[in-house]
Amino acid sequence: MSDRRATREALGETLIELANEGIAVVAVDADLSGSTTTARFGTAFPERFFNVGIAEQNMIGVAAGLAVEGMVPFTGSFAVFATGRAYDQVRNSVCYSGLDVKLAPTHAGITVGPDGGSHQMLEDIALMRVLPGMRVLVPADYVAAKAAIRLAATTPGPFYVRLGRAGVPVLYGDDHRFELDRVRVLREGIHITLAACGVMVEQALVAAEQLALDGIHAEVLDVATIKPLDAQGIAASARKTGAVVTCEEHSVIGGLGSAVAEALGELAPVPLARIGVRDVFGTSGEPAELMAHFGLTGADIARAARRLLERR
Amino acid sequence: MTQEARVAVVSARAARMRHDIIEMIAEAGSGHPGGSLSAADIVATLYFGIMKHDPQRPGWPERDRFVLSKGHAAPVLYAALAQAGYFGRSHLQTLRKLGSILQGHPDCLKCDGVEVSTGSLGQGLAIANGMALALRLTGSTSRVFCLLGDGELQEGEVWEAAMFAAHHGLDTVTAIVDHNGLQIDGACSEVMCLGEVAEKLHAFGWEVREVDGHDVEALLAVLSSPPAVAGVPVAVVARTVKGRGVSFMEGDAGWHGKAPNAEQTKQALAELRESLAAADPEQLSDAPVTEGGDR
Repeated sequence: MSDRRATREALGETLIELANEGIAVVAVDADLSGSTTTARFGTAFPERFFNVGIAEQNMIGVAAGLAVEGMVPFTGSFAVFATGRAYDQVRNSVCYSGLDVKLAPTHAGITVGPDGGSHQMLEDIALMRVLPGMRVLVPADYVAAKAAIRLAATTPGPFYVRLGRAGVPVLYGDDHRFELDRVRVLREGIHITLAACGVMVEQALVAAEQLALDGIHAEVLDVATIKPLDAQGIAASARKTGAVVTCEEHSVIGGLGSAVAEALGELAPVPLARIGVRDVFGTSGEPAELMAHFGLTGADIARAARRLLERR
Repeated sequence: MTQEARVAVVSARAARMRHDIIEMIAEAGSGHPGGSLSAADIVATLYFGIMKHDPQRPGWPERDRFVLSKGHAAPVLYAALAQAGYFGRSHLQTLRKLGSILQGHPDCLKCDGVEVSTGSLGQGLAIANGMALALRLTGSTSRVFCLLGDGELQEGEVWEAAMFAAHHGLDTVTAIVDHNGLQIDGACSEVMCLGEVAEKLHAFGWEVREVDGHDVEALLAVLSSPPAVAGVPVAVVARTVKGRGVSFMEGDAGWHGKAPNAEQTKQALAELRESLAAADPEQLSDAPVTEGGDR
């Protein structure tokens, strides 16, 4: 767990691999290609990389046109701009036509850090999840991000792959394969389920360690696919443990917590707590400071788990 | 085919398309006649005088592409596609109805011949540019035509796309502005003045051709000749009359998005039948639809 890499580092690199394998990937970015790492792909395949300048709506539109003609376009930019600024283009140019556009923006969530609330996207999962046909992937580490990008490239239809700026521990081995609608049990337990995605998987594992000291055996799920959600897998864990804490670096409205609550409400109602950002914007600070400020650390998860178990 | 014959074919097609447009919108009970009628000569020129396409093979790789960025003018596209033979004419009576392939705005997943779904204004040119980029990557010389409304030019994405096409030298793209001067709320000049459209496009790096958008011969000329300078995309600013062909709709923004009632429909169709009779009906039966333009 000592090796830390940002999920965004997977983007340019994986696109190069895919192009070398003969997949018709192209990249469209909006003046952030260095940060998103699509510039690396652009260096390797200059004729297949297009910078639109600071024009995210056009980025999505150009990607849609490339997909109409059979290319597999990945778009970059930051999560806040790619989803918020260009929402109608994602909806109408891409999803309504059912096009193979793969949004893989970076710098999602509060771990963007000092840039502050304007740049810390906490609503993107909600925005993308509600679009018909859109699949939403939130990889937990660099390896999972590579696998998610690979899966998106080779599966028809629109995808949203949420990537981050901050380094996270490498959890998975190089043979990791991304399964579209299967939660992954990272740690088995019997007392409570911690269902996490993205950078919060690391924190959920920390929480599970802390809870174990008190004799509470938490089951940790990596819910890397928010849509389609593995509702049965989550419900099965909930039935076993009897309580669930969701953990996301996103608003508690509309994201993983909402998706899990919807699934459990229908399949296996159990006490639920949602760890996430509670209907406020982000703020400037270092990522670790912000994780504590917004109550997203392993200790916060463990505290919520204990409270939930007391309530039960 | 002589130029004269080609003009006659396109004019006859446009006259019949206008008749189809009113019939289908009247049957639907809603829709956008004004901007469909203003674009009828432009779309007829493309489908029956300029574009390489094959209704029997909508996905034919070598076809020229058409993107109707002003998607609310769907009836003009449907009229062209039906006449070309992409689908049976009986579908025209299903416009805007549950289960129809002819949605209120074009839906590429439901209707053959529609390259991409449009309707949210401002998005078509960016898509057309992406298509042209992909075609260039694959070595194709197919052209991509994009029809925009003038009110649509108020959308910022249009200008992002205009910059992009010039920057990337997308000279296979032709943008056509249906410049009828009216939008839902009234005259463009009063709602949100567009300024000089041709000058703006020129300033964004396009070769601009101004034309009377109801002069088929002139449209054939500006749409068939290649860019003056390789790598410079061509924009055609077509001056048109909203509601063209139906006396009481012409120049009236009120007919942007409203269906005629029974009485109005009767009068409109009577006027359009006169125009249709004036066009040479014999040209309709054997009009080629797969013949390319001059490029």
